[in-house]
Amino acid sequence: MRELMVRAMYCEMLGYEADFVYIHAIKLAQQGTVLEKRVGISIFLKQNMYYLQDLQSTNLIEVCMALTVVSQIFPKDMIPAILPLVEEKLSHPKEIIRRKAVLALYKFYLIAPNQVQHIHGKFRKALCDKDPGVMMSSLHIYLQMIKENPASYKDLTGSFVTILRQVVGGKLPLDFNYHSVPAPWLQIQLLRILSLLGREDQSMSELMYDVLDESLRRAEMNHNITYAILYECVKAIYTIHPKAELLEKAARCIGNFVLSPKINLKYLGLKALTYVVQHDANLALQHQMTIIECLDHSDLIIKRETLELLFRITNAQNVTIIVEKMLGFLRLCNDDYTIIDLVGKVAELAEKYPFTIWFIQTMNVVFSLGGDLMQPDLPSNFLRLFADGSESEEQDRQLKLYAVDSYLAVLKGDCSHLPQRFLQVISWVLGEYSCLKEDVDQQEVIRLLKKLLEQRGVSSETRSWALSALTKLCKGPGYAELALELAESLSSSLDTVLRQQAHELCLLSQDSQLHARVLPHPAPSDNLEVDSSLSFLDGFVSDALAAGAAPYKPPHQRQEELSQQRALSLEPYGLSLPVTMSSCTLTDRQSPTFLSMSSDLSVLCVCSANTLMLEGVKRVWGKDGYIPQKEPSLTPAAVDEPSDVVQSPDQQGAAETSLPEPEPEPPQLDQEKQQLASSLFVGLGSQNSMSLLGKTEVAVPRFRRKARQHESASTSGTSESSSNSSHSSRSTTDSFLYGGLLEEEPATPIQNSYHTLNSTSENEGAATVSAKEDKQANSSQILGKSIVSQRNCSKSLPVAFPHSSDSMVLQLPSELQELPHSDVVSLTSDPHLSVSCCRVFREDALLLVLLLFNPTETALRDVAVELSCEEPLMLNTEEYGKLWLSISNDVKQNLKLLTGGGDPLRATLNALKDSLQLHIVDIIGSEGIVACHLLRGGPCLMHCRVHGASLAVWLRSPLPSLPDCLLYHCQRALQEH
Amino acid sequence: MMRFLLLFSRQGKIRLQKWFLPLGEREKKKIIRDMTTMVLARKPRTCNFLHWKDLKIVYKRYASLYFCCGLEEEDNELLALEVLHRYVELLDKYFGNVCELDIIFNFEKAYFILDEFLMGGEVQETSKQSIAKSIEASDMLQETMEEYMSKPAF
Repeated sequence: MRELMVRAMYCEMLGYEADFVYIHAIKLAQQGTVLEKRVGISIFLKQNMYYLQDLQSTNLIEVCMALTVVSQIFPKDMIPAILPLVEEKLSHPKEIIRRKAVLALYKFYLIAPNQVQHIHGKFRKALCDKDPGVMMSSLHIYLQMIKENPASYKDLTGSFVTILRQVVGGKLPLDFNYHSVPAPWLQIQLLRILSLLGREDQSMSELMYDVLDESLRRAEMNHNITYAILYECVKAIYTIHPKAELLEKAARCIGNFVLSPKINLKYLGLKALTYVVQHDANLALQHQMTIIECLDHSDLIIKRETLELLFRITNAQNVTIIVEKMLGFLRLCNDDYTIIDLVGKVAELAEKYPFTIWFIQTMNVVFSLGGDLMQPDLPSNFLRLFADGSESEEQDRQLKLYAVDSYLAVLKGDCSHLPQRFLQVISWVLGEYSCLKEDVDQQEVIRLLKKLLEQRGVSSETRSWALSALTKLCKGPGYAELALELAESLSSSLDTVLRQQAHELCLLSQDSQLHARVLPHPAPSDNLEVDSSLSFLDGFVSDALAAGAAPYKPPHQRQEELSQQRALSLEPYGLSLPVTMSSCTLTDRQSPTFLSMSSDLSVLCVCSANTLMLEGVKRVWGKDGYIPQKEPSLTPAAVDEPSDVVQSPDQQGAAETSLPEPEPEPPQLDQEKQQLASSLFVGLGSQNSMSLLGKTEVAVPRFRRKARQHESASTSGTSESSSNSSHSSRSTTDSFLYGGLLEEEPATPIQNSYHTLNSTSENEGAATVSAKEDKQANSSQILGKSIVSQRNCSKSLPVAFPHSSDSMVLQLPSELQELPHSDVVSLTSDPHLSVSCCRVFREDALLLVLLLFNPTETALRDVAVELSCEEPLMLNTEEYGKLWLSISNDVKQNLKLLTGGGDPLRATLNALKDSLQLHIVDIIGSEGIVACHLLRGGPCLMHCRVHGASLAVWLRSPLPSLPDCLLYHCQRALQEH
Repeated sequence: MMRFLLLFSRQGKIRLQKWFLPLGEREKKKIIRDMTTMVLARKPRTCNFLHWKDLKIVYKRYASLYFCCGLEEEDNELLALEVLHRYVELLDKYFGNVCELDIIFNFEKAYFILDEFLMGGEVQETSKQSIAKSIEASDMLQETMEEYMSKPAF
């Protein structure tokens, strides 16, 4: 096995694919001995595998290996899993482990800085570690952090300086020496950190002058590594707040670099000069002869660096010669990346000093050399500069004439090798300005442009540039023939843009007035106004609509409809496995209310869309055996409302089963269906409660019992069955709301219907009674009342949990105390009243007990409890748009529209607003956007559109279950309305 | 931070590669191709630094092997050159007068030494002695285990 692994590894090194071995490598690494581990690891060192087990090992080498693997390429989402283990290793007795752990953390920091935020303190500990190696590795992290935020680490400057002084003074063990230089890596790291800390900060810089001076002095041995240190020193000295004495020394150092016969040092010297001339241009003067020498160096890299330096010291006097040198280099160079870079620089220089003939010449060379590699904004910048012109009219004119002349000359020659961008620029200039030149026959220009148009190897973009130039030139009757000819030849072109332009050319050349209006000369320099709303097309659109055309639907709407259709087809797949279906429908997009309905509905989908029939579906069909009953009632409904085809299935189900819809449907059938639905629901319901609420053990049996009760209810009484089954489904929903949401928001009351509990407490004679007793008396009163009101409300609204209010005794009434209940959580308080809440799990219901505590002497007279989970979220349309895009959990549904008078959308939304405390952000035409948010929770956005007789609602929220809940309550609110 | 380290022969055959940032296979191949062509085209006595896209390439030739690494903008080229040199020294110490064949046949050792020396693109251990020590320790462990495993089990 090991042998094979090694061979596979070798294959991979040679560049062959050997992915299939990885899994074996992991297996080997997990079970094998150390040797096998090593082999296995080295294979997936390259892969993103990880090695959790070994981190816990006691074997030193195994831990080392694991840390090495961890610090390799590591997947971001694995970090939380492994972080604690690595963190723990920071206090390992062996320094090598600590060191590796610090480096692994550094790697994590690079990958995901926010995940290691909490261990910054440990980094400090690592910095103070007694082993210099560990301290050294922690510097990597510090360098990175200081780079991002220098201000917050200023306090460490002193310690960094001390460390550097010790290092330079040779206080470290000899192990750290490299060619008898003390810890060069450490020094360089520190120098970098110091230069970051000292930038533009005099007080910090003053701390480090001495040590920098010492480093400069010490690093005088003639070895590469000392030069590396010197280079960093010089950079640091020039970065921090300047000090004349040090600057002088640094300048001398640079001189040594530049004058060095060693080519690598020369290179670095030039780099340092480039860095330095920004601060002090005189330094370049001292070394001008060397620079000139370097310019003619045989090594392209040195040349390139020199040009870089020259680029920094360009001014109005030397720009011509520097640009010339750069262009010379460009001609020699064949590396794309360098060309792009240099072309950009040349153009930048040239644009600084435009309006000379030199500018045109330079840009011509730039275009022909840089070709199609250059940044796309270069040509347009050039054309803009060119069109804007200079102050002096005459100079401007001459410049343009020169350009036209030169371009004509270019076109007369062989232009097949020229880059497309250059040709485009030429066409534009000729089209715009060739008329300035009286002595040139326009026919000649046109002939050349035509030649360009017909040339092979010219891209269609260039063609269209040339054609628009021709369009500009072809004015007057003389050119009609030519235009016709061109239009004819291009009318069969594959490119639609070209065809359109040819057509325009043809029309414009016939009508000179129109030509003058469309293409005025000279071209106006102010920007054209563009009507982005295309309002001038409104007439056309209304005509087309009147003629029976389909109205335009914006893409998102089309997509929405498409996805709704897709949702329809999703159902049958889910049904083939009832258990998975129930869980998946809940987790992804359906309201839990319709669990029961959606399942039987999905059977309906199968009936109508028989292309989607699956084996599993058939089985369900046969087993339940109710389909023959359902089919006749449901198919006519689908026929009745063709617009419902795109409705999401559960909505249809809702319409069919629970909502008393104005649909032509015999009540008898409805009842039967209710019965079926509830009988089906029993099985599903228990499965659901198992799968979803398995976490809260109390909840599970409650659900079961509930479901069974209703089974019996629905089977015994036919007259009551309909209301009962809807009741059961609803109460489950509410419990679901609890199960789902309360886990996220433990203190938030979820019920959003509106309850008022009026209780009058009569304690007129309370002055004699102690305050506590008084309140307890109150409590029983209120409790008694509220139970009554709860009964009321369970009659009117089938809500399964009552609301009890209670004065503050910080414990539950005795009747509730035996029941399992949650802790009493204080919700809010002020000097007069504090409110706490507690959940009590009764067998048949979840009680939400509110404890009101009145510390003052006054009596509680009227307690109005208003429970709401959402509150209006105040947004404007723009914020809404942003928020909408940032949220991902989607739910789409169709709701019933209220039809009572006026604008149905507005009426519906207002109804929702009144009953559910939503905020209507905006209503535009047939669309409306609404927002709300959970108390202390995430927002929920709602997008509504009138769609036939229904309201298509699209909800988004960061909390996965919130849209479902809200949707359910919307439905209920509309139903009640 | 060092981005990658490549060892290749004068013929452009890759001998060792180490990537310190995740890259796709295709990118890796492109980098290897570019590096070999660029570096092999350099004449002797030219400087050891190159530019490639936004990276700085530092290379050095030892006998018939080219050591080549890619650095980020703010890294120190000379230092990288010394890193390469230190790696060669380590190989030399381990193999005793190292040559290309050593790396071909014992490439896993070369990788282990590299792992001990560099970690996540930064120098982890500069001391020759301690690296040699840790490599030796793991080798020893491996060998004893090997012996132990290959003994007949009776």
